Amino acid sequence: MVSGILPITLEDATKATRAFLFSGKEYICLMQLHDDIKEDKLRKVLKEFIGEIYQRPPLRASVKRVLRKRTIYDIDIMEIEDRLALFKVTCESGTYIRKLCSDIGDVLGCGAHMRELRRTRAGPFTESEGITTLYDLLDATTTHKEKGDEDKLRKAIFPVEKAFDHMPKIYVKDSTVDSICHGASLAAPGIVKLTSGIEKGQTVALFTLKEEVIAIAEALESSEGMVEKDSGLMAKTDRVIMLAGTYPKMWGKDNS
Amino acid sequence: MDQVSWKINKDIIIKEESETNPDYGTPPYERPLSQHIRFGLINLDKPRNPSSQEVTSWVKKLLGIKHAGHGGTLEVLNTGKIPWCPVYYL
Repeated sequence: MVSGILPITLEDATKATRAFLFSGKEYICLMQLHDDIKEDKLRKVLKEFIGEIYQRPPLRASVKRVLRKRTIYDIDIMEIEDRLALFKVTCESGTYIRKLCSDIGDVLGCGAHMRELRRTRAGPFTESEGITTLYDLLDATTTHKEKGDEDKLRKAIFPVEKAFDHMPKIYVKDSTVDSICHGASLAAPGIVKLTSGIEKGQTVALFTLKEEVIAIAEALESSEGMVEKDSGLMAKTDRVIMLAGTYPKMWGKDNS
Repeated sequence: MDQVSWKINKDIIIKEESETNPDYGTPPYERPLSQHIRFGLINLDKPRNPSSQEVTSWVKKLLGIKHAGHGGTLEVLNTGKIPWCPVYYL
């Protein structure tokens, strides 16, 4: 009963999964109420669920069933008809909408359950931009195999950099790239430009000047600190995505 | 792990001017097809019945690749085989 956006990472891009795994989600949900409820009351109760909520994952869940805190950013009621309610909900990752519906039912006093769910957004991925169905993909691969035309296949696949659209970025010099590929931390002299508003401890993406992603890192300084300082470590490399050797090695004895 | 939302900050502060050597690396949209797939991802519209894992393994077969992963499982409980049974709170 669940459909919608499912970002799939291929081959080496699987390393980038964590970039969007924990980002916010947006769903359109059809909820079935188990009794006639006045529209005003339903609207009032739905509004109460915006903000921080406590949630125990449902009986059949893929995570441990302990009480968790999750944030509902917004609930937008689209249509209410008889015992059916259609609404759009934006929430933190790890929120169970099925559970949300049954909790709403408990608060209303009549009970409710989720009838239908569609994810319309997962982090940087939306329905309006480059969404591919399995049929599109089959068509693209067959065209490529039979006619050698790679255009459709190219359009169906995004470069891995798309997963970092919503992330703060630090752009580094060519000479720094390979050391990061080998797992080194980013030092101040390697920085060329960066997104404003980075805070200490935030997850950032390290990019080359050609807009290629190198690695996911943890910021050790704020944006202002990184601009001001001339030495010291600025970001700790967490997960390397680019292959070592893509850029030339510029450190060590041979190159000094 | 911080919970990032999708609000995009595009303000860039330039610290130092630097040039990039065109001999190394490739801009993301100019990679040859094999590289494009290797460092690629698909914004897939998952159909209603198969599980996220099944869909991912189909994509792997279609593209003839070894590894693929999906972000954020869209679960498939009540896959049509189980008739819905409302629980009434009396």
